[in-house]
Amino acid sequence: MNNTLQKKHGFSYAKYGYLFSLPFFIAFLVFNLYPTLYTVVLGFTDSKGLGNITFHILKDDPWKNFRTVLKAPTFILSIKNTLMLWMMNFIPQITLALILTAWFTSRRNKVRGQGFFKVVFYMPNIITAASVAVLFNTLFGYPKGPVNDLLVSAGLRDGAFNFMNSPTATRWIIAFIQFWMWYGYTMIVLISGVLGINPEIYEAAEIDGANDRQIFFRITLPNLRTILTYTLVTSLIGGLSMYDIPKMLNAGNPNNSTLTATMFIYNQSFQNSYMYARGAAASMILFLIIAVLSAIVFYLMRDRK
Amino acid sequence: MSKLERRDGNPVVKFFIYFVCIILAVLSIFPFVVMFINSTRSTFEIQQHAVSLIPSSHLLDNWKVFTGKSFNPTTGFLNSLIVAVGATALTVYFSTLTAYALVAYSWKLRGAMFTFILCVMMIPSQVTAIGFYQFMYRIHLTNNLLALILPAIYAPSSVFFFRQFMLASLPLELLDSARIDGSREFHTFNHIAMPIMKPAMATQGIFTFVYTWNNLFMPSILLTRDEVKTMPVMVSMLKGDIYKREYGAIYLGLALTVLPLFVVYFALSKYIIAGVALGGVKG
Repeated sequence: MNNTLQKKHGFSYAKYGYLFSLPFFIAFLVFNLYPTLYTVVLGFTDSKGLGNITFHILKDDPWKNFRTVLKAPTFILSIKNTLMLWMMNFIPQITLALILTAWFTSRRNKVRGQGFFKVVFYMPNIITAASVAVLFNTLFGYPKGPVNDLLVSAGLRDGAFNFMNSPTATRWIIAFIQFWMWYGYTMIVLISGVLGINPEIYEAAEIDGANDRQIFFRITLPNLRTILTYTLVTSLIGGLSMYDIPKMLNAGNPNNSTLTATMFIYNQSFQNSYMYARGAAASMILFLIIAVLSAIVFYLMRDRK
Repeated sequence: MSKLERRDGNPVVKFFIYFVCIILAVLSIFPFVVMFINSTRSTFEIQQHAVSLIPSSHLLDNWKVFTGKSFNPTTGFLNSLIVAVGATALTVYFSTLTAYALVAYSWKLRGAMFTFILCVMMIPSQVTAIGFYQFMYRIHLTNNLLALILPAIYAPSSVFFFRQFMLASLPLELLDSARIDGSREFHTFNHIAMPIMKPAMATQGIFTFVYTWNNLFMPSILLTRDEVKTMPVMVSMLKGDIYKREYGAIYLGLALTVLPLFVVYFALSKYIIAGVALGGVKG
């Protein structure tokens, strides 16, 4: 339609395509591409010190920062922590979201009040993560905090437990907060995916006498493949760049057991000696890890037919 | 009859489903209830019983303790508002414009541009933050809210969202007839395409606003002076030494940082849930 009109008038509108996407493209060059290349270059320099923007390329040993970072036990630990925290939250999150999706879309058991449940389950997602983390820090306070209060008065514990001093407890609290903030989102996305599946397939299955379990595993799940891939990849990228909650809950304590990769980058570059070069090298390594893991997910979830 | 029974489902299963859903609903709401109620209770009351469902009368006392320190909620609120409104306006307008370029015109690099947007959508801003910081430092934009507003012109996931919406709901014939009537291209976009895009712009606007309002990483790198700090950056002060054991004030401070979000959420939850279902939401 557009093309025919263009020919009729002997006039090309193509230039407007370029013109109207120009602001976006300029903003990309200035605020994204340039800083990205800048970060790459910084990884090969000696850049450090607050307010010091002069630096020299390490000509003799360009990979020095990368080696230092990869040999740093804290960095390796931070990568392990990040992956662990992501898995501890994502596996329960996707499981619960799938169960709720099966329930809310079941054609036999109509669940009432779905609108209300969706609104309430999604709510924690839009509340400032920084505030949520500080709130949980206070809720799990020691010796006097709401959770300890409830545990002791319910007779589940004799005395208060210092959650923020225990690596296992702190990790589970972080994983719980992430789970709690995101399962509602994942559920809504999955439900809208199910609603997009052709209802005739379900009708045919019902006529053939398939039960709810068979319908879920044989029809719903295979048809959700694309949406599950999308959910998995976005959650993985978000999880690997996790910062707000571990930082604000317990600042990576105790003993760096909840220090994540982005927190490591922040601590290297914006605290103490302001080691920009080292932080930049760590950023590039993290970027590579994210890219490789996303590629693996896309590969594993590809349509094999 | 048996058919009707099957439609209604097994009552035990149904009971279990409602039971789980109600537990989850309580879990979603309970921490915030504790927060709001404790912001009205004195620190002494909280130390006696940390959980209570009955509000007390110490809201004003807590307010005095809360504002008596270096925490200035009005400044944080205004800074967050400036950044969120500015970034939302830029993201919504320029993303719609870019999507319009991708949908309404056929140009040689159109496909390439779209593939490119799909690729860069995935890159988290954290991994390029150091270069961004040094660049902003060089051009003297650290401690300046513009450094958080201007980059919003570039929002690939919003462009993606608007493109999907436009393909479904912007009739190209309408643009052609506007041309025949002598409307210039930019005028057509502003006065014919934009009004059609209003629902999508509202949805994307809400998400951009919330995302920008909540953002912690970039602001905490760029903003070091107290008078430019946004709300999430200031939240860390609530955990620090200045409010040590002043629990009433801490709960009140937390409640204030999230109150605007509760208002926005409950006023617009219908659109927000519909927007999430449409996908393309994550910042």
